[in-house]
Amino acid sequence: MEATAVTAQAPPAGSAPAILEAAGVSKIFGGLVAVDDVSFSIPERSIVSIIGPNGAGKTTFFNMLTGLYKPSFGKIAFQQRDITQSRPDQIVAMGMARTFQNIRLFATMSALENVLVGLHSRTSAGVFRSILRPPSQRREERESREKARETLSYVGLREQHFDEISINLSYGDQRRLEVARALASDPKLLLLDEPTAGMNPAESARLTEFMHKLRDERGVTILLIEHDMKVVMGVSERITVLDHGEKIAEGSPEKVRSNPRVIEAYLGKQS
Amino acid sequence: MAALTGMRDAFADFRRRRWSGLAMAGALFVIAWFLPYFYGPLDSTLDTAIYAVAYIVFALGLNIVVGFAGLLDLGYVAFYAIGAYAIAWFGSDWFTEAINGGKSGVHVGVSGQAANLLGIHLNFVLIVIAAMIFASIAGAIIGLPTLRLRGDYIAIVTLAFGEIAGTVALNGDAIHIGKFTLTNGQQAISPIDQPNLITQFDNAFNLRPYYWLGLVMIAIVLVVNFALRDSRLGRAWIAIREDEVAAASMGVPLVRTKLLSYSIGAALGGSAGAFLGTYTQAIDSNQFQFSFSILILAMVILGGLGSIWGTVVGAIILAVIDRKLIPDTLHTAPHDLFGLNFTSSEISFGIFGFLLVVMMLARPEGLIPERRRKLELTEGLGTDESLYEVSA
Repeated sequence: MEATAVTAQAPPAGSAPAILEAAGVSKIFGGLVAVDDVSFSIPERSIVSIIGPNGAGKTTFFNMLTGLYKPSFGKIAFQQRDITQSRPDQIVAMGMARTFQNIRLFATMSALENVLVGLHSRTSAGVFRSILRPPSQRREERESREKARETLSYVGLREQHFDEISINLSYGDQRRLEVARALASDPKLLLLDEPTAGMNPAESARLTEFMHKLRDERGVTILLIEHDMKVVMGVSERITVLDHGEKIAEGSPEKVRSNPRVIEAYLGKQS
Repeated sequence: MAALTGMRDAFADFRRRRWSGLAMAGALFVIAWFLPYFYGPLDSTLDTAIYAVAYIVFALGLNIVVGFAGLLDLGYVAFYAIGAYAIAWFGSDWFTEAINGGKSGVHVGVSGQAANLLGIHLNFVLIVIAAMIFASIAGAIIGLPTLRLRGDYIAIVTLAFGEIAGTVALNGDAIHIGKFTLTNGQQAISPIDQPNLITQFDNAFNLRPYYWLGLVMIAIVLVVNFALRDSRLGRAWIAIREDEVAAASMGVPLVRTKLLSYSIGAALGGSAGAFLGTYTQAIDSNQFQFSFSILILAMVILGGLGSIWGTVVGAIILAVIDRKLIPDTLHTAPHDLFGLNFTSSEISFGIFGFLLVVMMLARPEGLIPERRRKLELTEGLGTDESLYEVSA
């Protein structure tokens, strides 16, 4: 194995081995330090949240984990393999998938086609097989479609909407479709960027339930950025708090909730 | 159970649509096949039709780059040049001195008169394959530096590559490889072998075989276009066109996928270049102008970006205007109507420009719009804000 283990901080005693480890990760845009020396790890089959006020660097951190940004400093390892310099598509192929805060579906594609794009890294038909369509290509295409339909049903999209152009879907269905598209590649780790944004409490509760189901049935580890404290406290086993790009707290929901620095970051300093 | 019936219905629907489309395409093809019998073997309409056929192949190739993957290419003439010079090198007496000191030639799969000529003479099919390989390599090379760029910047780089191709063709007579020069500059490399497929082609007596050969090429290129559009690769192109960041985050390798579109588009352009090269019988640097790139691009835009049938229709319309209407019919119009001292062919690009402007005002999605493009235009979709560091 050419795998480079990253020696970040040791995972908390007694927990599963880390699926993702970030060691001293920083991102500097010009003179702005968006993420400052954040170390952090996610145990396998856990549900972990990153919270923090607006502009704390949460999405920037996400973009580094998924390869859209290269960290200015630090290292990121996924399943003990260094992915600091990997491209987004390579990271997806390794088993990490994500959704976006502002929904980024392929607007003119149908729901089904969106999920089929998500299957790109799990299929192999190239130029010649696409043109000549040998049985192997047709089988792959058929299996892809079956898998896409199955994934869409799993996230709760109704069958009559499978061939709907994605912008014509309701907001909730678009959110569900984003999750389905990410799940198509059978990720080990799923990153959700504010999945409940714009949802009503009932929908949020359903999503919370869905995250538990996903973890229990499919063994998917989940990392989410979330503003809705009810969701965060209800679903997370561990919470990491970022403020001004720095990690200011980490631990169980109860510990984080009572941490004075976290309260200060959210509510301001007591005078 | 519901899932199963739904799937079966969708599949049946797909097959129905597919068969009706195929039947229509087949009927059109048969009509096109018998068209030459209504004209004399050397009729000028046939000459226009042969250009139209070549332009369709060019336009369908460019449609893959511009229409499917959404990468604007203003240097498509480069692949015409590569295809044309492929047939100039491997299907003429250009390398006479290089082969056995000019005592005999190299012949592969040729019969008839070409088999006795000096120089290199390969079978037309082999030359087309060589042209496609050369062009696809060039396409990948042109694609590489553009991958770090977006939108208009890509267009400028491809434009420069088109100009480089033209300039190399022009000055190629000073580029020596051993005793030989790369091109013949403004002098033509001529004559080019005429294909010998089933029958010996001879454009001094009968233009029909060229037209039929072109139709066969169109049929193949259409199959390639349709197959790619509905494939894993086609979906990846559309995904990139709509949102590059999301596409990369869903596992689509950007570099590889974009390069493939450049290469495939280039290969089709190369094949059309070889075809046009053998038909015109003479290859010189004046044929490879920037205006050619624009002409082909205008065909794709006129027909409807990304729309396969639209591209075919656009290519036919502009070929007729370019080869027939302006040079023959409207030639003296400015003088006859207004007493002006120029001919229409001198302002043909003004005419195309005017057509495009009218088109953009009246029907910006093209004559036969592609479903997605229409959505993009009417709903203002598919333009993503750019992201930062997804490169290499």
